[in-house]
Amino acid sequence: MKKNILIIGATSAIAQATLRLYAQAQDNLYLLGRNQEQLNTIAADATVRGANQVHIAVLDVNQFETHQAKLNQVFETFQTLDIVLIAHGTLPDQTACEKDVHQTMTELSTNGISTVSLLTLLANQFEKQQHGSIAVITSVAGDRGRQSNYVYGAAKGMISIFLQGLRNRLYAHNVQVLDVKPGFVDTPMTADFKKGALWAQPEQIAKSIVNAIHKKQSKTLYTPFFWAGIMLIIRNIPEMIFKRLKL
Amino acid sequence: MSLSNESLNKEPSSKPSANTSRLNGWGNYPTIKSSPLTIRHTQDISTAIKTFQQNKPKILPPPSLIASGLRRSYGDSALAEQTLHTQTLNHFLTFDATQGVVHCAAGVSLAELLNVFVPKGWFLPVTPGTQFVTIGGAIASDVHGKNHHLDGCFSQHILNITLCLASGESIICSLTEHRELFLATCGGMGLTGVIVSATLKLIPIESAFIQETTWKTENLAETLEQFEAHQNATYSVAWIDCLTTGKHLGRSLLMLGEHATEQTHANNLKTAPPSKLNVPFNMPSALLNAFTVKAFNTLYYHKTRQKESQRAVHYAPYFYPLDSIQNWNRLYGKKGFTQYQFVLPKAAGLEGLTKILTEIVNSKRGSFLAVLKVFGAENANYLSFPMEGYTLAIDFKIDPTLFAFLDKLDEMVLHYGGRLYLAKDARMSEAMFKQSYPNWETFQTIRQQYGADQCFNSLQSQRLGL
Repeated sequence: MKKNILIIGATSAIAQATLRLYAQAQDNLYLLGRNQEQLNTIAADATVRGANQVHIAVLDVNQFETHQAKLNQVFETFQTLDIVLIAHGTLPDQTACEKDVHQTMTELSTNGISTVSLLTLLANQFEKQQHGSIAVITSVAGDRGRQSNYVYGAAKGMISIFLQGLRNRLYAHNVQVLDVKPGFVDTPMTADFKKGALWAQPEQIAKSIVNAIHKKQSKTLYTPFFWAGIMLIIRNIPEMIFKRLKL
Repeated sequence: MSLSNESLNKEPSSKPSANTSRLNGWGNYPTIKSSPLTIRHTQDISTAIKTFQQNKPKILPPPSLIASGLRRSYGDSALAEQTLHTQTLNHFLTFDATQGVVHCAAGVSLAELLNVFVPKGWFLPVTPGTQFVTIGGAIASDVHGKNHHLDGCFSQHILNITLCLASGESIICSLTEHRELFLATCGGMGLTGVIVSATLKLIPIESAFIQETTWKTENLAETLEQFEAHQNATYSVAWIDCLTTGKHLGRSLLMLGEHATEQTHANNLKTAPPSKLNVPFNMPSALLNAFTVKAFNTLYYHKTRQKESQRAVHYAPYFYPLDSIQNWNRLYGKKGFTQYQFVLPKAAGLEGLTKILTEIVNSKRGSFLAVLKVFGAENANYLSFPMEGYTLAIDFKIDPTLFAFLDKLDEMVLHYGGRLYLAKDARMSEAMFKQSYPNWETFQTIRQQYGADQCFNSLQSQRLGL
């Protein structure tokens, strides 16, 4: 059975790696992203790899009032939606955010509120369908606020809590809600970082996402798996000590 | 509610990264401090080149800039002060399933191409000994494979190339369009511009397996005779024992291959699983010494008992035996290694090979992998390595006396009218290069014509006086 898959933020490295796996499985794809030209390239690539249908549309996630119309387009094309993956995001400049309220608000909007808006609309569709999978890429940074990137962490943490509630609500409706928390991933977003042993490639993350969706896991997915252990420790350091750390 | 979004509208553009990092080729020698230019999509290449051109100081020589893919060239050909990383340009653009013609971005790796197209019944027309090179890199080095004697180099299956020039403008070149630029770009080591995308003709296959026949030979003369006797085999390569001297000098395992057919391997178009073995860090280089290498060579040679043996083997272990061990280059330790690959014209044949091989065997510097191959006709590209004759490739661990030894080999190679492969080279002299690559001046003239000499330079091109 060919699946109908919506990917929001399709130009992100993890989204691209994931949609390639679905393309190779000959599924139907609807790709939303900010840059038309990049979407064209990604759609061409997905088609060559074997996708059955590929649709694209430009979406600026911060234009909340356009969300419903864009999603209606998707629902018209695909009568039912089997999978949605929300993958858009930016990596805020923490220091700049500290000096500029506007920038902080923008980052919270891009990485947090926009997803809440999209999920609110999507959840109703999935509830009606009584089946399907919602997967959202958040971050291990959302598990605990740290001085080096708490704006990003706050936005991602908000989504994680929102997803917990949604998972609870949609459980009775046979809808899977997957919170994907990648650790360090080698993508253009993190191009300026020095890479070490903890870094993963987007293809590894993509495989774990596809696998978790396939197994209908309705949970938080730390990926690669060892981040579950690392974050267990990070979450459990007493605040007394944590507040003194340079993290 | 809507938030205007300045940070989002700022297009993520190519910019020199804040940190410089240490870069090296596959041989881990040499190493250079380099600042990477991050490319996110095709348009970034032009922007990056224009920015580089505007900001470069007016003094000579200009700072070096070169495109870099998976950095599998062994020496310094993809090393420069600024490197333009093409790995994110990994998209397929079009595919004509009737003709097997694929147009893809330059950062697509051969591994990725095989993963997508083997299940559809298509294979690379020419493949080098690793699948972890990009299409752009394969063109720039004009790589060859075990079928060179019949099918030539990689570039001979390229229909056209989109190249981003020093001006930042992109141009399409082929054998009929901007012909000279095409001939300079294929095998041109990235020195004419940045390859953006290319169109390539694949070959149809019925199975992912290769029917392999191995011939065991007693000495070099017999090895060359066997190559001659099997010149119609699609694939042929010899693993040569480079530690045994005397009457068994040049004893080999000659491996021939044909694509398996549907009759024997029906519905078997599976791709290779990713490798699980890894060399996690640089090994102490003393691990590779005359004793361990001799033991390996002897065992490997005697692994094959019969004179002739046959088996069916998947394309991955057949073409890419070393890809199954990630980071195998670390076996040579942190000082690294260099691969010495030369070609001798057919006329020099047995005599030249015997002289050079004797020199190598006597030095006791030989390594695990010495590979001998017969090349077919030379192509028209100005800097492509292959010429009709014999090529031998051997890894050498780097030590303080190695380069003097290799200089001596250079003289012999030059004497017999041969040359070295630029994709492997990390140390040959300018004089050696210019004497052995007679078309270098034509190449340089075309570079100048497109302003490439003032923009695209690598550590290697500077060393070779280009």
